[in-house]
Amino acid sequence: MGNHSDGSPNHSGTVATAGQNEVEKFQDPGLPPHRLRLADTDPKAAKRAERQVAILFGVSIVGTLIFLGAYFAIDLGVDSTIATIRNQNLLLGLGTAFAMLGIGTGIVHWAKALMPDHEVSEERHAVRTEEDRQAAVRIVDDIVEETGIKRRPLIRNTLLGAVALAPLPAIAVFGDLGPRPDDKLAHTMWAPEEGKLKRLTRDPDGTPIKASDVTIGSAFHVIPEGLNELHEGKLNEKAKAVVLLMRLNPDSLKISPGREDWSYNGIVAYSKICTHVGCPVALYEQQTHHLLCPCHQSTFDLTQECKVIFGPASRPLPQLPIAVDAEGYLVATSDFKEPVGPSYWERDEHERLINS
Amino acid sequence: MSASSTADVPFEAKTKVGRFTDFVDERVGGSGILREFGRKVFPDHWSFMFGEVALYSFVILLLSGTFLTFFFDPSMAETHYQGSYTPLYNVEMSVAYSSSLDISFDVRGGLFMRQVHHWAALLFVASLGVHMLRVFFTGAFRKPREMNWVVGGVLLILAMAAGFTGYSLPDDLLSGNGLRIIDGVIKSIPVIGTYISFFLFGGEFPGTAIIGRLYVLHILLVPALILLMIVIHLFMVVVHKHTQYPGPGRNDGNVVGYPLGPVYAAKAGGFFFIVFGVIALMAAAFTINPIWNYGPYDPSPVSAGTQPDWYIGFVDGALRLMPGVVNDFHFEYVIFGYTLTLNVLLPALVPAGIIFTVLFTYPWIERWITKDNREHHVLDRPRNAPTRTAIGVAGFTWYCVMWAAAGSDLIATHFHVSLNDVTYWLRALFFVGPIIAFIVTKRVALALQRKDREIALHGRETGRIVRLPHGEFIEVHAPLDDYKQYKLVGFESPAPLPAQPNEHGVVTRKEKRRAALSKWFFEDRVAPATPAEVEAAHAHGHHEAIEGADQKSLSH
Repeated sequence: MGNHSDGSPNHSGTVATAGQNEVEKFQDPGLPPHRLRLADTDPKAAKRAERQVAILFGVSIVGTLIFLGAYFAIDLGVDSTIATIRNQNLLLGLGTAFAMLGIGTGIVHWAKALMPDHEVSEERHAVRTEEDRQAAVRIVDDIVEETGIKRRPLIRNTLLGAVALAPLPAIAVFGDLGPRPDDKLAHTMWAPEEGKLKRLTRDPDGTPIKASDVTIGSAFHVIPEGLNELHEGKLNEKAKAVVLLMRLNPDSLKISPGREDWSYNGIVAYSKICTHVGCPVALYEQQTHHLLCPCHQSTFDLTQECKVIFGPASRPLPQLPIAVDAEGYLVATSDFKEPVGPSYWERDEHERLINS
Repeated sequence: MSASSTADVPFEAKTKVGRFTDFVDERVGGSGILREFGRKVFPDHWSFMFGEVALYSFVILLLSGTFLTFFFDPSMAETHYQGSYTPLYNVEMSVAYSSSLDISFDVRGGLFMRQVHHWAALLFVASLGVHMLRVFFTGAFRKPREMNWVVGGVLLILAMAAGFTGYSLPDDLLSGNGLRIIDGVIKSIPVIGTYISFFLFGGEFPGTAIIGRLYVLHILLVPALILLMIVIHLFMVVVHKHTQYPGPGRNDGNVVGYPLGPVYAAKAGGFFFIVFGVIALMAAAFTINPIWNYGPYDPSPVSAGTQPDWYIGFVDGALRLMPGVVNDFHFEYVIFGYTLTLNVLLPALVPAGIIFTVLFTYPWIERWITKDNREHHVLDRPRNAPTRTAIGVAGFTWYCVMWAAAGSDLIATHFHVSLNDVTYWLRALFFVGPIIAFIVTKRVALALQRKDREIALHGRETGRIVRLPHGEFIEVHAPLDDYKQYKLVGFESPAPLPAQPNEHGVVTRKEKRRAALSKWFFEDRVAPATPAEVEAAHAHGHHEAIEGADQKSLSH
């Protein structure tokens, strides 16, 4: 301790210590004397330890047998229940645990009780010696000299150029990992197809919802008509199109200019995809008219057009303009007027695109 | 010469096993290896086991993971579940989820293996983290081990990557929502975020590619990198030899412990079975990630109280803590026609960025402050490096605040308090917590140093109360033996290193900053008792006399 010349003698003395010098420090008394264990002095204790180790190894054997028994004796056939699986899992696990712990504790007990417990001291050697360093420098110098790379800069420079460019194909080759985003995130299934407005249907069975079904205080999880019939990309469309439908007292809704015809008789529809990082905003507090995202607790006030009132989201949930068709079913009069879900770099561009 | 004559006669093995061993040895040089490593000395301490736990957990992950790959199908094709778990019978789901259910219910031992794998993964990251805390608080990252500390940090990141890619594979509702959050975070990256998201998912979220891609990362790339890093890590451990705790007979020039064969090998080897046994016990008795309860991934439903695996929690918590709107100031705004989502970007990247930057650079920061270029093989007791210990606890507290925030909803429901209040408190603690932790830890460390000093000077309390002839009661103190004494006094207590002029005799501004940091680092310190002080304490012999002589540093 306190020997400042360890490692690099050049730096000795740059570490200030508490005004101590070697005289003022305690001398290292050396390793404490070795104390014998009971098993070292008493043959009976040693014999006892030997038996204990053997018993632990025996426990391991029993554990392995338990595992094999549970594996072959318990049948996961047609009439097995959850309880069967749970019991088998428990027995397989206990069997393994005994098998492993028996071996492990047995060996450790053997080492601690019976193997020599003399602590020994070994010299450390420098990770690098000055002699090695000089030899290595000479070798590197020779190698560099033999390649002639210093004398032939043309070779060196063209090699550097080639090596620098060579990885580019390795990056370019990943270009087909995915398609370009384009404006895919700006559109959802709610856009009318060939002039036909999409009905609001129940998630997950896809039955249309009549305005008269929506009583004050109720809430519906909604998907667009035709989603369940999609053969490809169903989840992709669902991840953008899911909507929450709720009916409030029309007087409690604050409606901003331009959105007067987006609701019907106090029935409003908002995107269910959180504007924070995209979790479904699945919790509706009927009394306070708040929507809460269970992932990060962003809270939106339904009466203020889903303005953020708490949590990490920064943007209101997009509203879906709805109306009622001739048969009394709720329909979306257009797609969302802004991209749904979490924000992304081109989001504002897309919003302008939608509204142009 | 007898030596040459013995060398002339080639060794010939007597037994069959001997001849076989000799055959191999002559071709691979095993004797030399055994001679070098067979009796190599390893210091022993319970806190050195955390790294071993991590290593063994990784081995168990490889074993159980290989079993799982035989039955898991990473396809996102749609299927209707036909397995034996009736509540989900005929439900539409991905093949990946269906095969995960089959592993749980229709493969004998499959559920056990899944649970072993998941528990081992949680333990792997946890033991890595605790191991790194041990290395930090004992100063084991100092020269020559700085680079091995960095390898350890890389292993921690890789372990989290392995955990997250694996967590997402079953394609259940919970992990799908986890991927949804990752997608949202990726999309918040300026300029390239949308492209990264589309490239990762092979199009729009969730697409049909992500599980297969994560699977390749999870079973091939990440484990290969982890294995490579472990090899480098252990190679450097052999080169450096292990550190040891301070104590009599131990110094920077030696290594004191048990020889590899037989004691250390037996203990370490036996410990592998113990780790395996404990993980098996957990897998037997405690359900982990019951994917059958969550159902297949669907972007519409989500269950309340969802939690990521614990090691991702601190990022999730940071996401929760960040307010999106403060007094009508929106953290999302539009610059030059593009959307910048700071309410996602900042919490997702900044705290983790700060933690890992400080973690990776800390050995060099301390090295610069102390100008200490010596090799250190004897560890610091955490109390003997109060400022470092305080920095570590402050950082750990910061991490824990974020981690706790990931469970803010559960804290609110379990303790019947307002969710909003929990968030407000944690937001405050995010800033104040580390400062309080720093101050408290530093004071505790100094107090422990004072206690050590006191015991070194006066001996230990015996609990024997004696009444003196004039009526005073004193407690008799017994002197320590040399070995215990040395443990309390044999440490280095660096003083602040004033600014040093460079070779031109100029004290640079950078050097002044270093000196200021050095002062901050080492100003408050308790010097170890010196022989002269102990001599003085014993010479007075009388308890109160010593208190009087040394009142300043020993006042209770």
